Amino acid sequence: MSGVALSIRNLHKSFGGVCATDDVSLDIAGGELHALIGPNGAGKTTLISQLSGLLPADRGTVIFNGRDITRLPAHEIALAGLARSFQITSIFADMSVLDNVAMAVQAQDGHSYRFWQPARKDKRLRQPAMEFLQRVGLADRASSLASAVSHGERRQLEIAMALATTPQMLLLDEPMAGMGPEESGRMIEIMQSLRGEKTILLVEHDMDAVFALADRITVLVYGRVIASGSPAEIRANADVRRAYLGEETDPC
Amino acid sequence: MTTDPITENPGAPKSFNRFAIVLLVTLALLPPALFYSGNPFWLDVFTRLVILALAAVSLNLVLGYGGLVSFGHAAYLGLGAYAVGVPVYHATYGGFESIASYNGWVHLGLAIGVSALFALITGAICLRTRGVNFIMITMAFGQMVFYAIVSIETYGGDDGLTIDVRSEFPGISLDNPLTLYALCYLSLVAVLYLVHRITGSRFGMVLRGARANEQRMRAIGIDCYRYRLVAFVISGALCGYAGFLLGNFTTFISPEMMDWTRSGELMFIVILGGAAYLYGPIVGAIVFIILEEVLSGYTVYWHLPFGLLLIFSVLFLRGGLSGAMDKLTGRSQ
Ligand SMILES: Nc1ncnc2c1ncn2[C@@H]1O[C@H](COP(=O)(O)OP(=O)(O)O)[C@@H](O)[C@H]1O
Ligand SMILES: [Mg+2]
Repeated sequence: MSGVALSIRNLHKSFGGVCATDDVSLDIAGGELHALIGPNGAGKTTLISQLSGLLPADRGTVIFNGRDITRLPAHEIALAGLARSFQITSIFADMSVLDNVAMAVQAQDGHSYRFWQPARKDKRLRQPAMEFLQRVGLADRASSLASAVSHGERRQLEIAMALATTPQMLLLDEPMAGMGPEESGRMIEIMQSLRGEKTILLVEHDMDAVFALADRITVLVYGRVIASGSPAEIRANADVRRAYLGEETDPC
Repeated sequence: MTTDPITENPGAPKSFNRFAIVLLVTLALLPPALFYSGNPFWLDVFTRLVILALAAVSLNLVLGYGGLVSFGHAAYLGLGAYAVGVPVYHATYGGFESIASYNGWVHLGLAIGVSALFALITGAICLRTRGVNFIMITMAFGQMVFYAIVSIETYGGDDGLTIDVRSEFPGISLDNPLTLYALCYLSLVAVLYLVHRITGSRFGMVLRGARANEQRMRAIGIDCYRYRLVAFVISGALCGYAGFLLGNFTTFISPEMMDWTRSGELMFIVILGGAAYLYGPIVGAIVFIILEEVLSGYTVYWHLPFGLLLIFSVLFLRGGLSGAMDKLTGRSQ
């Protein structure tokens, strides 16, 4: 519960003239559920992609559990215990729901140079995968084709895959995007069940969910952190109110 | 039909596999029957078909399951055939003592070893590229081998070389066409089983995952490059083995065997037959041989209908003929 799990220092990324993240510094304590909010185009997804190694940072450093992971390739960051989900669902569409999770279990298990035994009969992959599906409430869809299940179920699958890599920390990019109220409710329950067990950086637009779940909240606008604090502090912050009312800030 | 949800694979072809078993049994029985009933010509056609199918099965591992569109696989067929022709040439006419031999095991080892090495070196470079670049660079490496062989006068350059003696193995003679067919057929069955095991294994799942969604693979902690490279090497080695059989079948080697159009034919066989279907390349090879026999009688431009058929199948038949057949016979969900 104690100590800094993820420490971001002066992280920067620009696309052409647009500063997607601009000098972002942020500490996330171990075990905390940290919400990252901000208007569309604020750079939230870009930040998560930089943290997960899928986008190289222009400048800055990322320290995870005391280890500099700024320049590590994405797969090594994942193996170091930092997992992410995608805002735009990213799964293996032509495999079963269970296959999807089993692939993540296999990645974490670390033995993929096995050429002979059928992976679909491998209990060391299938049983843990089934448990992760149960955890997100998707066990009854295990044998469905991933492309055939509903949008909400695919979002749950994203979470199950992230969990299956047994990470210490989760980066969740709008897990409730496009969900109906009932599905969001289930997703909030999943988050609740994860709090304390995993450190979580949660990007979310649904303010009710954010204020219900978050220990701390950071607000990103035009790539910059304009406020960071407890839900009560953020609620009272004048800059945040202004940003959400759409007033201009300086370009970078 | 009851299935275990834990092990079920909803993406797997069901009815088509039964049809494929019928195909394999037919390939086992029909050619020898034709041979004994006085049609030795047909045995030759079937031998070539089985060798092409074998090469296409090896290409399918990377193209179908791995999504890596290699346009240079004929190079491996050529390397495998030259691995028979070159040692035999030197054993007969002298020179190059270290490889000069009639011994089949030497030929086999060279065919597989050289192909695997070539796949390792070129794959390490090609696999850093994607999409059209990958297609072009695999083709460029294939053409590199083609021109290298053309330039070697010793082995006949452009004109090629007749292989005077087939690979010698203790106890069996490949000069007997039935024995050769049996070897090719059993090799095809063995390689099909091998590819079946590989593609269903943990390694195979990684290969399929890399095709389906590389970004997701990286995010769960898998670096696709190395697995693709291993698949590329396995595929190259198997295709080199097919070349070894081809050399023993045609007893003639020439650079023409590894021309880029030959690579295109292999791609045609895989894609038309049904990429990522285990038995797809067999269907593709059968259609290819039939079209070739029929069409080349009518017109010298017999490659044109091939191209049209390929475009049709890419546009309208996802999964090629195997995929279409699977749908027709009513794959149950
Ligand atoms: N790959 C990219 N190429 C160019 N611009 C991009 C790219 N990704 C994001 N951007 C730009 O960076 C800014 C931040 O985008 P993003 O991180 O997706 O915001 P958010 O997730 O907060 O909505 C936007 O202006 C977006 O247009
Ligand atoms: Mg976003």
